[in-house]
Amino acid sequence: MTTVNRLGELERAIMDVLWDTNSSLTVREVSVRLTERNLAHTTVMTVLDRLAKKGFARRVRDGRAWRYCPAATRETYVTELMLTALEQTGDRTAALTRFAQSVSGSEAEVLRDALEVIEGSGEGDDRT
Amino acid sequence: MTGLDDAALLAVVALGSAVGASALLRVSWPRRSPAAAILLWQALGLASGLATVGTLIGLALPASSGGLVRSVLRAAALLGDGDAFGMAAMFGLRPAGGAVILAVRLACLAAGLALLKLLCWVLLAALAAALQARRRQRTLLTLLAHGDPKVPGALVVDYPSAAAYCLPGLRSRIVVSVGTLELLGRRELAAVLAHERAHLRERHDLVLLPFTALRRAFPRSATCTDAHRAVALLVEMLADDRALRGRPARELVTALARFGTAGVCPAPAGALAAGEGEVAARVTRLLHPVRPLPAVVVLGICLAAALLVAAPITLLVV
Repeated sequence: MTTVNRLGELERAIMDVLWDTNSSLTVREVSVRLTERNLAHTTVMTVLDRLAKKGFARRVRDGRAWRYCPAATRETYVTELMLTALEQTGDRTAALTRFAQSVSGSEAEVLRDALEVIEGSGEGDDRT
Repeated sequence: MTGLDDAALLAVVALGSAVGASALLRVSWPRRSPAAAILLWQALGLASGLATVGTLIGLALPASSGGLVRSVLRAAALLGDGDAFGMAAMFGLRPAGGAVILAVRLACLAAGLALLKLLCWVLLAALAAALQARRRQRTLLTLLAHGDPKVPGALVVDYPSAAAYCLPGLRSRIVVSVGTLELLGRRELAAVLAHERAHLRERHDLVLLPFTALRRAFPRSATCTDAHRAVALLVEMLADDRALRGRPARELVTALARFGTAGVCPAPAGALAAGEGEVAARVTRLLHPVRPLPAVVVLGICLAAALLVAAPITLLVV
């Protein structure tokens, strides 16, 4: 596994810990909750720091330690991801290409007819 | 040839491109050979941009000779030297009553250069916006997406509605939502992945980028909007064709039809959805395949496209 992938995996695992916890956590508390237990304290601290810099985690001083919590819920980010993908943000860039979009009205009728014709012919896809 | 001759010929190219573009919107052969039509669209776009810029510069420097690009550079050098006589000669001024003509010519020159700068700028801006949006997507996907054996090589996001798309680039990604996995069968999913892989492999995003840039630059221009829509649809049809290699059309058709009807929502009042009729057009084309254009015709289109781009470049340089 490359370094970039490894870092991504760690960021993701640590965000999962933060999202699954209701309160804010110290580096040590995050380490304890990680499935992969033998991570160095400094590694976890570095990744949390990166997440805070990227804006995914927020940190607050608690005595001599930092406490970390997610900047937004997982659903918020999923929604952001998908709204961009479905071009519903009004900002139409050529960033990505969609397979197809939802349609309405007469176009939907055309599509339903096409589905009926194909499935009526007994050659429909093997739906799982 | 003098600058005025160049301007006249370039104006013909610019007008011809505009007429050609509106004709290309009306004819039906592009769906027979999307790749050839896309090439022609690119040539029309490039030729009309270059020719319009060149026409304005040619009008500004009517008495110059030896290529408009060199003339502009020479004019800039004369301006730098403060050579008023040389400038007057270049701008084609007679000794008497030159002030108004000079003003008009300077305005033409300024307009030409400004248009050139605008065109380059919107292209770069569109590229930058796309790269930024993709970077954000990749960052979010690192944190949110997971793999699934149903869609090997693709990323899955926990989202209930149907969505499938690809992120082009050096580190390209194909993304599908959980809603898509529930909506489509195994073979339909394979067809969707093949379609998206074709987009990535052939860099269709770069094909579409200039037209996205033009639409952003001239949002009120019907021609720019229509051209963008036409090329976007052709790119989808091209990817559909690629996805059909080695699989029956019905898998792609049912995938498209299920996708299109999955989240049917009433269109907002007074607003026509951007891609009105496009999914239906793709389905119809797959259900009732049309013969691709004969190779000779495709070759002719390629030659026409090459000539279309070569003409304004020749007029600008020689």
